[in-house]
Amino acid sequence: MTTEQVDHRVAAPGRSNLDPAVLAGAEAFARTWATAVIGSSYVPMTRAEVAEHLRALTEVLVHALHATPFRTAPGYEIGARLVEAHFTGTDTLGRTIQLLGDDLLGELGIAPDELMRSRLAALQGALSAGYARALRERTLAEQEAIRAAVLDARDQAEAALRASEARFRAMFTEAAIGIGIADIEGRILDVNQALQEMLGFSVEEMRQYNIRDLMHPEDGSTVWRLYDQLTAGECDHYRAEKRFRRADGEQVWTHLTLSLVRDDHGEPQYQVAMIEDVTDRHLLQNRLRYQALHDPLTGLPNRALFLERLGRVFNNRARRRAGLCYLDLDGFKVINDSLGHDIGDQLLVEVGRRLDHSVSGDGKLVARMGGDEFVILVEGSRDTQDIVDVADRVLRELESPIRIGGHELTVSASIGIVERELSGTTAADLMRDADITLYWAKADGKSRWALYDPDRNAKEVARFTLSATMPAALERDEFYVDYQPLVRLEDSTVVGVEALVRWQHPEFGRLAPDRFIELAEETGLIVPLGRWVLRRACRQARRWLEEFGEAAPFVSVNLAVRQSRDPELVRDVKRILDECALPPHHLQLELTESAVMGTADEPLEALRALSDMGVRIAIDDFGTGYSNLAYLKHLPVHELKIAGSFMEGLRAADEEDAVDVQIVSTLVQLAHALQLGVTAEGVETPAQAKRLHRIGCDTGQGWFFAKPMKPADIDELLRRR
Amino acid sequence: MDGVERPVWAPGDIDLSRPSIARVYDYWLGGAHNFAVDRAVGDKVIADVPVLRSVILNHRAFLRRAVRYLLAHGIRQFLDLGSGIPTVGNVHEIAQSVDPTARVVYVDIDPVAVAHSRAILTGNELVGVLQTDVRDARAVLDSPEVRDMLDFDQPIAVLMVALLHFVPDAEDPAGVVAAYRDVIPAGSFLAVSHAGHEDGEWDPAWDDAKGLYNRGVSPITYRDRSSVESLFKGFDLVAPGVARLPLWHPESPDDLGDDATHFIGYAAVGRKP
Repeated sequence: MTTEQVDHRVAAPGRSNLDPAVLAGAEAFARTWATAVIGSSYVPMTRAEVAEHLRALTEVLVHALHATPFRTAPGYEIGARLVEAHFTGTDTLGRTIQLLGDDLLGELGIAPDELMRSRLAALQGALSAGYARALRERTLAEQEAIRAAVLDARDQAEAALRASEARFRAMFTEAAIGIGIADIEGRILDVNQALQEMLGFSVEEMRQYNIRDLMHPEDGSTVWRLYDQLTAGECDHYRAEKRFRRADGEQVWTHLTLSLVRDDHGEPQYQVAMIEDVTDRHLLQNRLRYQALHDPLTGLPNRALFLERLGRVFNNRARRRAGLCYLDLDGFKVINDSLGHDIGDQLLVEVGRRLDHSVSGDGKLVARMGGDEFVILVEGSRDTQDIVDVADRVLRELESPIRIGGHELTVSASIGIVERELSGTTAADLMRDADITLYWAKADGKSRWALYDPDRNAKEVARFTLSATMPAALERDEFYVDYQPLVRLEDSTVVGVEALVRWQHPEFGRLAPDRFIELAEETGLIVPLGRWVLRRACRQARRWLEEFGEAAPFVSVNLAVRQSRDPELVRDVKRILDECALPPHHLQLELTESAVMGTADEPLEALRALSDMGVRIAIDDFGTGYSNLAYLKHLPVHELKIAGSFMEGLRAADEEDAVDVQIVSTLVQLAHALQLGVTAEGVETPAQAKRLHRIGCDTGQGWFFAKPMKPADIDELLRRR
Repeated sequence: MDGVERPVWAPGDIDLSRPSIARVYDYWLGGAHNFAVDRAVGDKVIADVPVLRSVILNHRAFLRRAVRYLLAHGIRQFLDLGSGIPTVGNVHEIAQSVDPTARVVYVDIDPVAVAHSRAILTGNELVGVLQTDVRDARAVLDSPEVRDMLDFDQPIAVLMVALLHFVPDAEDPAGVVAAYRDVIPAGSFLAVSHAGHEDGEWDPAWDDAKGLYNRGVSPITYRDRSSVESLFKGFDLVAPGVARLPLWHPESPDDLGDDATHFIGYAAVGRKP
């Protein structure tokens, strides 16, 4: 510290001139002086150093006392030196002055005469003045130094603050993110360059605005509710997706973070908005969402969007009713396979365009569900007719041919329609029923619409239930066989029995064949079921053979079309006959006209093989189909069963229908001409039986003789003879 | 921010309406680097607890003795933490009077004290001044002032004179010491003077002093001998170990007052092995 660096030791001028006794006295005085002042001021010296310092000053004093001419300047100098050595405690001066007066002359051995007293007093005065002046100067200098230090420190602090402000200003100005500051009333105070560019307004223009002027009509309600909460000091910041209108009228999608700045008392003071332009991201999201919800080929809404809309219809319940047209092109696969996928795709595009064109409007949605399936949703339909009108319009729209790549294509569509009240149904119900109904429209002949019918559906459901449970029912032995006698009209002898399968259904009770045979044909179960009936009937026939010998009846078993075409048929029949040890002529197989006539060669060969084996072949329900009579001659057939419908005219006791009688007579003559037997079905009255006998019919079957019955009842019948 | 009382030595605004511990010390040492508010506090403290004046002079005298001791043991680099306002008898004056190439870095948190130090040290190339909270050892040790001035391959004396009693236990004074200890090389020294007394010793004036400090200057924590000793973990204490402040290497038996053996404060110097 240059200003404070002083030489504390005053060089003793002419020390050697002094008397050794005086020097010793001076040294003794200096020690006393040191003891008196130590502790009165802080000086950076040891006690010994202090004593040495004061000894030097004492020697100056001694010289001054004796100097000629006498000068007070050394006294003044000593005062100043004390201050320089940092004897700044004023007690130091007091003690020094007192000690000088009390002890100095005595210690030095100087006679305290008038002159010396006077000189000492003058030196004391000068020392005091020198001390006071030096202390004053030192004090002023130090005060100035500390004030300068304060100013320096302030300058530095301000410079740091300015640098910090400049940094923050630069950050605000240069930030790539938009930043805006507004007061708590929403008056915009400042916006940075990024925000000006984002919104297309200058700072001056922005300052004219209130935050609320930036409200966008499509802002979510939460944006402004949170804003109110923030300005009320209830929340400190929030984030939101928000749109702004640019100066040029375009809109900017942004990610907004609004923060509250509070004053020192915690009161809301400013709000700071950080705004990031996410328009590109938003557009991309929109595009991705559009792509996710639309069919790329036709541009129509896809299944996902359709299901979303349908779900919304049910969630909102703003409308009471709704309808669906579920549409499928007829024969699209053929077009696709024959003309190629490219043509198929163009066809779908055109169909989509026509559909969209024909049903556009509020509350209506056309969607492509995939492949050649489309669906039309009509929200808020008044009644079913509304949807039927839509379906008619669509069918009409599709009537005109579609030209694609030189092809003129005619397409038609089948449409399933469901329209109903929303309460009590679900989106899934609606979809399923529309799908079922579309299937009906297809089954009913295509190029048409079908309306959902709950009764039809119930029946189908029942049919489905039956067909689904049939395989298990066969396993569980829920089927059984009844037998209806075939009676020789000549002598009323039971010559045969027709095996009739029944289903003892655990839920629906006893079911006649008309309830399930057709189903079994559809599902293919008819083959195992028929085989089961055949085996059961053959076993029964064997038992009758054992009990009644030659009087035992043959069994007549119905053969479904599908069975007749089963390549295993001949082998199955042979195996069963072998198993049961039943002579083949105890078995008759009944086939319908169409099964026999309409067949290709193979089944015919099977029939011939069976016939050769000795099995009887009968044509069931003869006369109801279109038999090729010329062909009949070549068939391996033994018996014709005339359909019960011809028996109507022969029924009444008193009167007969001449046409029916003539037909039956002709059929009998025909059969006999071909050397075939004739069985009349549906014989219900004695008159019928009598007339049939008269006409020449061989055998009768019907309630007049017996209803279908249990094997045991047949036993009874046979024994009664 | 509001509601939390800012300690007077905290940096930030230069608020002349508050006393500064550096300026109050200067006043007590007879300097005029102070303002009315500092003198008012200084006068009140001394009026209420006259013994404090001697305490303060003793800490300052210890600094002088410690620096001379360290110079005698070959130390030529000093890091004076909590240096305050350079009044007289500063470390660089003592050190450079022995070896003009001795280097010193003064560190204080008081921006005015630091500004003043800078002003009077202008031109002294071997002295650095740093305004930082000395409790943040990392900031001190990583500062250019320290890095440029001190050679960490040579022994360094770290001076904590009348400093650590202003660091309460909650702020981990031992941790502060350790942070410096871990960086200085072997052969370095630590010099500490610290207000405190033993259990069972009690003088009403000490409580008064504590109360005054806590209210007017800065909260003070008295520590006993063993607590002061524990601050020297990782150092070998030089004789006489932790001593009453006036009794640590007194320059002369005459320097010792009547209160030396129960002086309210300790001093010690340790060497990092």
